[in-house]
Order: sequence, then C-alpha cells, then structure tokens
Amino acid sequence: MNEGGRTPALRGKDLLELESLEPGEIQLILETARPMLSVFSRPVKKYPTLRGRIMVNLFYEPSTRTRTSFELAAKSLSADVVNIATTTSSVTKGESLADTARTLEALGADWIVLRHSASGTPAFLARQVRAGVINAGDGSHEHPTQGLLDLFTILRRKGRIAGLRVGLVGDILHSRVARSDLWGLTKMGAEVVLIGPPTLIPVEVENLVQTGSPAATAASPVPPSATGSAWPSPPLAPAPPPASASASMSAAAAAAGVSLPHPPVTVSYDLESVLPTLDVVQVLRLQLERQKRGLFPSAQEYSELYRLDSERLQRWGAKPDLLVMHPGPANLGLEISEELANSPRSAIREQVQNGVAVRMAVLYLLAGGRPAQDTETQTG
Amino acid sequence: MARSIQAKQSPPSDRSAQKWLLRGGHVIDPANGRDAVLDILLADGVVAAVGEDVTRDGGPVQVLDLDGLLVLPGLVDMHVHLREPGQERKETIATGARAALAGGFTSLACMPNTEPALDDATGIRYVREQAARAGAARVYPIGAISKGRRGEELAAIGEMVAAGAVAVSDDGSPVQDSALMRHALEYCRRWDIPVIEHAEDAQLAVGGVMNEGLVSTRLGLRGIPVEGEVSQVFRDCLLAQLTRGRLHIAHVSAAGSVAVLRWARQQGIRVTAEVTPHHLLLTEVEVSRSRYDANTKVNPPLRSEADRQEVWRALHEGIIDCIASDHAPHMAEEKNVEFDLAPFGVVGLETTLGLVATHLVGPSLGAGERAGAQRLGAGVEPRQMGVESEALGTAQLPSFTWAQVVERLAVQPARILRLPGGAGTLSAGAAADVIVVDPRAEWTVKPEEFYSRGKNTPFAGWPLRGRVEYAWVGGELRFARERGGFLES
Repeated sequence: MNEGGRTPALRGKDLLELESLEPGEIQLILETARPMLSVFSRPVKKYPTLRGRIMVNLFYEPSTRTRTSFELAAKSLSADVVNIATTTSSVTKGESLADTARTLEALGADWIVLRHSASGTPAFLARQVRAGVINAGDGSHEHPTQGLLDLFTILRRKGRIAGLRVGLVGDILHSRVARSDLWGLTKMGAEVVLIGPPTLIPVEVENLVQTGSPAATAASPVPPSATGSAWPSPPLAPAPPPASASASMSAAAAAAGVSLPHPPVTVSYDLESVLPTLDVVQVLRLQLERQKRGLFPSAQEYSELYRLDSERLQRWGAKPDLLVMHPGPANLGLEISEELANSPRSAIREQVQNGVAVRMAVLYLLAGGRPAQDTETQTG
Repeated sequence: MARSIQAKQSPPSDRSAQKWLLRGGHVIDPANGRDAVLDILLADGVVAAVGEDVTRDGGPVQVLDLDGLLVLPGLVDMHVHLREPGQERKETIATGARAALAGGFTSLACMPNTEPALDDATGIRYVREQAARAGAARVYPIGAISKGRRGEELAAIGEMVAAGAVAVSDDGSPVQDSALMRHALEYCRRWDIPVIEHAEDAQLAVGGVMNEGLVSTRLGLRGIPVEGEVSQVFRDCLLAQLTRGRLHIAHVSAAGSVAVLRWARQQGIRVTAEVTPHHLLLTEVEVSRSRYDANTKVNPPLRSEADRQEVWRALHEGIIDCIASDHAPHMAEEKNVEFDLAPFGVVGLETTLGLVATHLVGPSLGAGERAGAQRLGAGVEPRQMGVESEALGTAQLPSFTWAQVVERLAVQPARILRLPGGAGTLSAGAAADVIVVDPRAEWTVKPEEFYSRGKNTPFAGWPLRGRVEYAWVGGELRFARERGGFLES
C-alpha cells in the first residue's frame, strides 16, 4: 500500500467487477475514499463536485442499504439522483432491460447503478449504453462496491491488507459479496479462506486465483480417461492441483512486501478449526430459500455449524484482535449473534458509513476526478 | 473461383433443365469409394452416370465445367429446428429449408418441438406439405416420442411413421422417465427407426445456463454439470441394450459420453451419435470472453477444452458418427437480454460446411490458432483477452480428409435415418441431390446475410474458407451462387 502503487485514474467508464481492476486502481479508490469520510463530520454534508450530473439507481431486486448508500454518495457530491425500483418479473413480462437503459440514457443519465438478479447483466448493459454502468450487485457474480468498502474497512481497522488472513463464512456459492471480496483481498495481498457447508461452496473456487484465469484450467491437459477400456471409468477426473499453485499469489504478495504461508484461496468446511488462524472474519447472510433446494437441512443445523458469537470466539481460540464483519442485513441469531454484531470487535456499523465514502470515491473517479489529496478539506 | 467459372461457360439457364453434365470437378463420393476428377451426368432427376469422359447421351444437356471445384453428394443435417408451426417469427419451414440448401444440405430432419409439438400424423403431413411448397432442401420430419413432448405417454408413433416421420425425439426435453424411454426404444423396433435422445438429467441441470466448472464459478452463473449428460447417455445405452432398440444420441458434448459410447459399441449396443460444430470448435471460455453474450448459450452447454478435444477425436475415430448443426434460430430480441433469461441455441445451417472445411479439413491447429477465434473477444480488455486466448492452447488434433467430412456430413446421417433415394451418395440411380463446393472460396460469416431468420451465431465475423456454389435437388438446380442464390421455378 505505498503511494507509488496506485494508478493515476480508473480505466473505462464502468465499474463492473473487481476481478478486472488492477491493484493500483483499487488502491486509488481506497485512497480517494479516505478524505470522503469527512462528509459525516462536516456540518454541511455536500461537495459541489458532481453538480448537474445525473445518477440513476436501477434496481431489479429489493435493496434498502445499497440503494440508499449510492443515493447518499451521489447527493453528497451534489449529483441528482433518480431511483427506479422494479422487479425481475416485469423483465420477464417483456420489458427489455436494454430498452429501459437506452431510455434512461436519452433522459440524460450519466451513470446507471444496476442491481439485478442475473449474473453478468451490468456487463451486458455496459455494451448497450454510453452512460457509465456501476454494478450494485449482479446475481451470484460480483458486488464490487461492497468488496471495496470491505477492503476500506479492513484497512482502516488493521492499517494494512497484505498479509492478513480473512475468512468468509456462509453461502459462498450464491454470494456476489464473496466473489468481490475474494478478488479484492487477493489482489491486495491477503489470504482468503472460504468457509461453509460443502453444498454452498462453488466448484473449483480455490483455483480461481491460482490459475490467474479460468481459461488456463479449461485448457489444462486433463487427459480424457477410459480410452479403449471395457467399462467407462470416471470421465474427466478432477484436475490435479496446479504445480505452481502459489506463483501468482507470491507475485501479488511480494509486491506488497509480504510472504504468505498459504495459497491465496483455500476452502474449509470446518469453522472451528480455521477460526484461530483468522485476522478478519466476514459473515455472510444466509438466504433461507436455499434450504428448499436441499442445500442444507435446516437453519438450526446451519447455525450450530457456522454461527459466530462471542462465547464461541473465546472457546475456539480466536485471535484477540479478530475483526468481525457482515455485509448486512444480518440474520441476527442465525449466522451471528446480536451481541457480537454490536461488540467492539464488530465493524458492521463502520462498513455502512465506509460504503458511502467508497461509493463517493467511485463516482468521483468515474467522473474523471484526479486522485484526492489526503486532507480533510478536499473538495474535488 | 466463381468468377472464373462464369468466364469459362455459359451460365445455367433453367432451374428445371432435364439433364446436367458436370465436367471435370473433383468427385468425392465415399459411399462408392470415389475420390477423383470425374464427370457426372444428372438425368431425369437421378445420377445417370459417373466416370471419366461421360458422354452426352443425346438430347439437350446443360454443361458445367468445374475445374478446381468439389462435386459432393448433397449434405444431410439430421438435427434442425424449423420452428413452424407456432414460432414463425424465429423461422419457417421455407426459410429454414432455403438456409439449409444455401449451406449445402439438400436434406434435413426437423425436430418436433414446435407449437403444437409434432406428435401426430397431421403435424407430420403439415411439415411435409410446407416443405414441398418451399422447394428448397428436402425436409424429413422427426416425430415426438411422447404426447405433447411431456415425457408421459407415447405419442402416435406408428401413425407418424406412416405419414413420413423418419425418427422420434423429445429433443429439448430429455426423457426423464426411464420406463417411457424403454418403451419408446421397444416400440420403435416395429419400424426400426432411431429414438433420438437429448441426453440430460433434468434435475442435475435445473436452472443451469452454462457448463459447471471454474468459469461458471467465476462468472456467478448456475452450472450444468457434465455428469448429467454422461449418466443419461449411459442409462440410454443400457436401455438400448435391454430392448435392442436403435438409439441415437444428439449433440454429444462430453468426454465422458464418448467413453460410454465407446463401451457401448464394444458391447454391440445399437447406438449412434452426432456432434455439433460449436462443440467441436468452442469451449465454455467463450461465455467469459464474450462477457455473457447469449450467443454462447447453448444446450448442452459449451464444455471444457478437454471435452472439446475428446469429441473431436471421437468424431475422427467414428465413435461419434456424424456432424449435425442443431440449428436453433431465435429472434435477436430474445437473445439480446440478460444471460439467464435468453433461450438456448444457435443457428448453424449456413455456417457448418464452412466451419468444417476451414477447421477440420487439412492440417489442423488447436483452438488458439483458429482463424477468427479473436473475433469473439471484441470489446474485452486486452489484458484479459491475452490471458484467455493464450490459454486456449495449440494441441494437435487429427484432421479430416474431404472424404471423411462427406462421410460425416452426408453418408452417415442418411444411413442413420435410412433416407430414401440413395441420399448421401452419388450412386447410379440415386436421386440427383448434388452440391458443388469451392474449397478455396474465402468468406466472412455475416449473420445479416443469412437466409435463415435466425441471426444468432457465435461465429459472426469469422473468416472461413469453403462455400457452396451450386446445389441440385432431384436433378433440379435450385441454388447457384453466381446467379444470386435461389432460382425460382
């Protein structure tokens, strides 16, 4: 996290995912967000930077927190905000998303902040319009501003990201937060441990970062088996772990001046055993409807296996300075106890405030803003 | 090439000329072991003679000199969705039959997933009548296995066969009920027609939109595991063994399915199989490379590179018998949507021959060397592109001769469907379904120029080599590129 690592500006008009951001771009956003925090302590909570610009919140899924956070961020920079809340069902009834977006653009939208239940929709939309597209969460893909605010929160609490060991607990399979956290954390030199029941861990997820890109694994020489055998042996046996598993990891970490003892991404089904090794734990929200698909037997059993509370932290030997996070909204008492969520270890409230600052930074930079000076009086 | 042909001779004058003498072309007719420069005489709707210096046998004859061109039996596509009746905005029997002929297919078999489904004699007769009216490629309807394609009760198979159905299939709706599949295989023994199966375990695939693996994990898309296909292929092979029925596996996409098919052949199970051009040439990485472009959304999904290579080898080896396009036209408005919401399928009638000629014939390089492979990446950041195209690899795959291609695009599908009139061959007396291909003609895939109503292809912009110049059906010249395409009678 040295000053020289950041890039001078963001590439592109959109923020679609953290996967394709350079570490320098992430650092730029985090550094730009820092002075933005002062908006909460000023008597007048506005900068004039984006006066006359229009940001549209286009939300195809219900959301209070993210939508409000974007709205406050835009208003703090004096942009005008339009909120459109609709449901995915109206899309399936024949209302074309591309058509809606072109209409919004014709009405003068500079940015479209899109929340959608289908993965990849922001990338699809970004091809259709000239307006900037900001992904506010797409299906099970990414939620990049959440990933950024999580990085920002860790950085402010811990003073660094590189070299930390961060656990993500819960439904990794369906979590866009987990994917953005995974990319953001590993790009900034942290280790990520994905923790949850095996049914909620996506296939090959531990290979995401090691291979650098899925194409490498897709093309890896997995010998199709059973040629000429009398009985079909298991086709496509699992790929052997890449020999140079830590190559790209050590590059990222080395750039940050740390060496990591583990691969950048590992998976564990057992929270108790890995908890003592963690510096940060982010508890994810459990979607109860997953139970209907047979992915876990009951909320009770899930809670027994993966709930965090202060008593468990003590009993399982968590580090005294373990930082506890949750992207919200939490099922209190199910995945995290209310008492832990409100304890000094918890950064959950800060995550909310930091979210506004990070989103201000994103809007500011997408509008062509230069890197902020680290003063509390920066006005763009 | 087409221009030089024109210079050498008078243009064909009449679609319904009675006799044609095709002179000096390279005749490739693997069914009769022919692979040489020969003359061929078409008379009275049939192949009258093939040989060196075939002479005119009196009467007026149209003569074409075909130096440097290939003369092939008309190709046969055994897996086409024509959408009529019920979805004519996507395609009609007439537009689909024209697209087929422009792509070199003088015969096609169409799937029964229309609205309503082709599950009785009325539907079968309707398709045949519309096809006769269209006057392009021959159209052979495939009837449904089950009433309404619901997978519950057998459809009126006997009545459909009597009306002209050449096979049965619930394509698009894999048969989940093993007892129904067993009974279909048994019942069809009465006519010895193939039961064509879209092999997929619906429960494993539910909600999936692409291959399950690292790419689906990364993109956050619901995966379709390869095991859902392999297990169903295995079940179907066992049922074919039990019943001694004839099974045909549509669009094989998985290396595991190839292993099962190889085993089934060794057991003497009566099973045949097809593969599509997109499963031979593309992988799941295209979904990522194209940034969720729904023209990469097909069922079965584009699989891994290992799967791609294995189905290619299986096609070369003969474990997979033939190539079929699985031509699945959709409207642009249906495809240009969120990936999860788009329908599955791509068109293929007008690209299959060019793709095969360019990428399967002759020295073949791996996917990374494919001309045009970069086209899909337009708009993707260079860094990402670089990583992915590099990773596609340059593995050496066996190449095909033209005779092997004709075997897989004409002889085998005609044999599997037992098409009449010597389809897929240039045997003396066979119906004169003949195409002339310029193997050196270079062209670029432009969906807006397709005869098909469907423009949904992942191959847009690909440079290809090899193109149909003329096509006769029953001795009638129906397509001539130099004359602007289709000739009206």
